[in-house]
Amino acid sequence: MGRRTTFARLAKIEGLPIAAVLATMYLVFMITAPNVFTGHRIYMSFLQTIPPMLVLGLGLTFVITAGEIDLSFSAVVAFSGFMYAWSYRTFDEPWIGFVLALAAGALVGYINGVLVAKIGVPSIMATLAAQFFWSGLTVLLAGGASWNIKGIQDEFIHTLFVGRIFGSIPAQAVWALALTVFCWFLLNRHRFGEEVMFVGDNPNVARVMGINVERTKIKLFVLNGVLAGFAAVLLTTEMNTFWTTQGEGYLLPVMAAVFIGGSSIAGGEGFVVGTFFGAYIIGSLEAGVVATGIGGYWTELVSGLVMGASVVLNIVIGDGRLAAASRRVRHWMVPERDDGG
Amino acid sequence: MAEREPELRFPIDVPAELGTVDPDDPSGGYALRMVGIEKYFGLVCALRDIDFEVGRNEIVGLIGDNGAGKSTLVKVLTGVFPPTRGTLSIAGRDVDFHGYNVKRAHSYGIETVYQDKSLGEKQDLWRNFFIGREITGRFGFINVKKEKKIANQIMVETIGFRGEGITVESKVSDLSGGERQGVAIGRAMHFDAELIILDEPTVALSLKEVSKVLNFVHKIKEAGKASVYISHDIQDVYEISDRFVIMDRGEIVASIAKADISLRALSDFLLEYAHGLKDRER
Repeated sequence: MGRRTTFARLAKIEGLPIAAVLATMYLVFMITAPNVFTGHRIYMSFLQTIPPMLVLGLGLTFVITAGEIDLSFSAVVAFSGFMYAWSYRTFDEPWIGFVLALAAGALVGYINGVLVAKIGVPSIMATLAAQFFWSGLTVLLAGGASWNIKGIQDEFIHTLFVGRIFGSIPAQAVWALALTVFCWFLLNRHRFGEEVMFVGDNPNVARVMGINVERTKIKLFVLNGVLAGFAAVLLTTEMNTFWTTQGEGYLLPVMAAVFIGGSSIAGGEGFVVGTFFGAYIIGSLEAGVVATGIGGYWTELVSGLVMGASVVLNIVIGDGRLAAASRRVRHWMVPERDDGG
Repeated sequence: MAEREPELRFPIDVPAELGTVDPDDPSGGYALRMVGIEKYFGLVCALRDIDFEVGRNEIVGLIGDNGAGKSTLVKVLTGVFPPTRGTLSIAGRDVDFHGYNVKRAHSYGIETVYQDKSLGEKQDLWRNFFIGREITGRFGFINVKKEKKIANQIMVETIGFRGEGITVESKVSDLSGGERQGVAIGRAMHFDAELIILDEPTVALSLKEVSKVLNFVHKIKEAGKASVYISHDIQDVYEISDRFVIMDRGEIVASIAKADISLRALSDFLLEYAHGLKDRER
């Protein structure tokens, strides 16, 4: 009995169940592909490839929490990446590119926000249109070509964002982790995050409690755009190259990461820690399945299984079924508790 | 009852005696006073020449059919939209409708408890107490410890939740309908509301839950605050109110003190009034 209570309480800790899924997954890979997953190199490679996805997931977590959706962030990865590469080649100064990349993300987000909040376009439509528009604009501006920016390897920005700490740990992993911590505080401990949760929960309640629902939504999309711009910087700097379709592969995996993390499409609650582990699950699956040797054709199927299982797990926990059971157990054990208050 | 009839057929617009009127008080003893309030939506008149007062420690039952103008009146009061003309003063302070909104109404001590849109269901109780009025430090970060502590105080001292398995970390969705209204009323009282507007707070609640809500309303009275209680249920309104204000088609048609009328007479009056109107139409 006591064990069950403890279990239910543990399940309530944000992200812990999903961290357990990730740990189990690595454990399974260690058994099925020991030569790959018992060495440190595969993990270093994850720390190099997953951060842009994680940063995108953080922004999307806020949007999902507010009960909205954003399909345009993958276009921002391309558009901001273009701005970054273009201004580096034009001005030979990466920081201008950095600022422009974030500003481009903010602009896309602001337009999305205005369409959704002020004009009332459902976010799935507004951001789908934005996805096509900004991708298309990027292709036009870049002339459909990939741009090599090899020179950036010698710049400080390269060391800062994607250098190797102690010669092995990719800096982008640390940046993404720091952003995760920041976003957790922003969502769970800041006035803005609370407004986002109430807007997603019930905009009418938010409004009668004096929250400016429209402004909150615009801020939300701007935040998502800026984070996507930063993801673009991480990706483009790491690859030393900009290419017009560099965002395309991110759309569905990032959404999967957010949903695996437990944030609900219904809005009202979002889990930054869940998104963190969700991104690592999604980002590790393919390599794991391939290394297992059952063949690349299995990757998607296994991804679907893991994702489905995680979402079911989250719903069972989130529904309070475990918590309700544990409360009943506690009630049997300590019925006098009612007097204490 | 028959001898009361003439008085009821030609109801008085003068407010009945108020709980505590202090002549030196600049507010004149009113928590709220509306004079000549009119509201037009385009050419449609939603409120016509409304004079409406609520005493400092008075509970006013606002009665009227759907479309009588009750919710329009409440929305003018709470700053959702301004009236076309007329004046409003809250606790003796004249309200400038320019820039009057929900936040301003809060700062003037007007709080509203709605049937179903007072609380965020998926959120922790402590967040619901402070939403829109968070206790924040620098950079807008919430002082969670302090908010939880005060929320707990409100729950135990103001609302009187004890045990029942409810803590400040419970989700609103774990609460019964009556408990939710208790939280909303407790929140309003904590923020030192002078006047709490209860807009159909008992709709869709079981009898047991309704009695819980009425208990919370009694606490408003005990705390020396005022309230406007809007409901379709004459029985609830009668039990809880000091005075009844009856609205019809955008006008206030009667104001009757509880002492002057029995529950039977009140419901008879409402029925007769409806019939009387029909006659007038013919």
